[in-house]
Amino acid sequence: MILGKVVGTVVTTISHRDFKNRRLLVVQPLGLEGDAPDDDFIALDNTQAGIGDTVLVNREGGGARMVLCNPDACVISVIVGIVDSVFIE
Amino acid sequence: MLLGRVKGTAVCTFKAPGMDGLKLLLVQPLNKRLEPTGPLQVAADVVDAGPGDLCLMVRSREASLALPEMKFVPVDLALVGIVDELEVRPDRSFDFTLRRGWNPYT
Repeated sequence: MILGKVVGTVVTTISHRDFKNRRLLVVQPLGLEGDAPDDDFIALDNTQAGIGDTVLVNREGGGARMVLCNPDACVISVIVGIVDSVFIE
Repeated sequence: MLLGRVKGTAVCTFKAPGMDGLKLLLVQPLNKRLEPTGPLQVAADVVDAGPGDLCLMVRSREASLALPEMKFVPVDLALVGIVDELEVRPDRSFDFTLRRGWNPYT
């Protein structure tokens, strides 16, 4: 799982049934100082996250299918948590 | 899952079994600022996207799961949505760096 910041939303009326009635959010991964930023991606919202929230994202299909309780979901990235704070040694 | 712009179509008469009847579209992967992020790729179309459409794409095994009835067809990129609106805030309004010590977010 990775830490990311929700920076945008995607609205699709025509989409696969697995994406129905869930929001699609654009997530930019966080990184340590001096690290090159990773590529942004799109994740399915599972915790009512909004723009500006720092979130925990599961980027693996198997985990996404478990979270969505749908064994055939064509979803890779799912937001599984909203982060309150992060402490780094 | 990522964004992609449909650039054209690909027609194959000889394909792997299970792939017949699939519409193959040429797509340009894009990032959140709609800038190209890699070479053109071929995606299996599930939502009848046309040329010039901004679409949502999914890679790897999930692409074959997105196909209507064929399971485990050799497809690793599928178009699963047509984007109507994309709202992305500018980078300067966020802080993407994780600093040593305490990083409160709420």
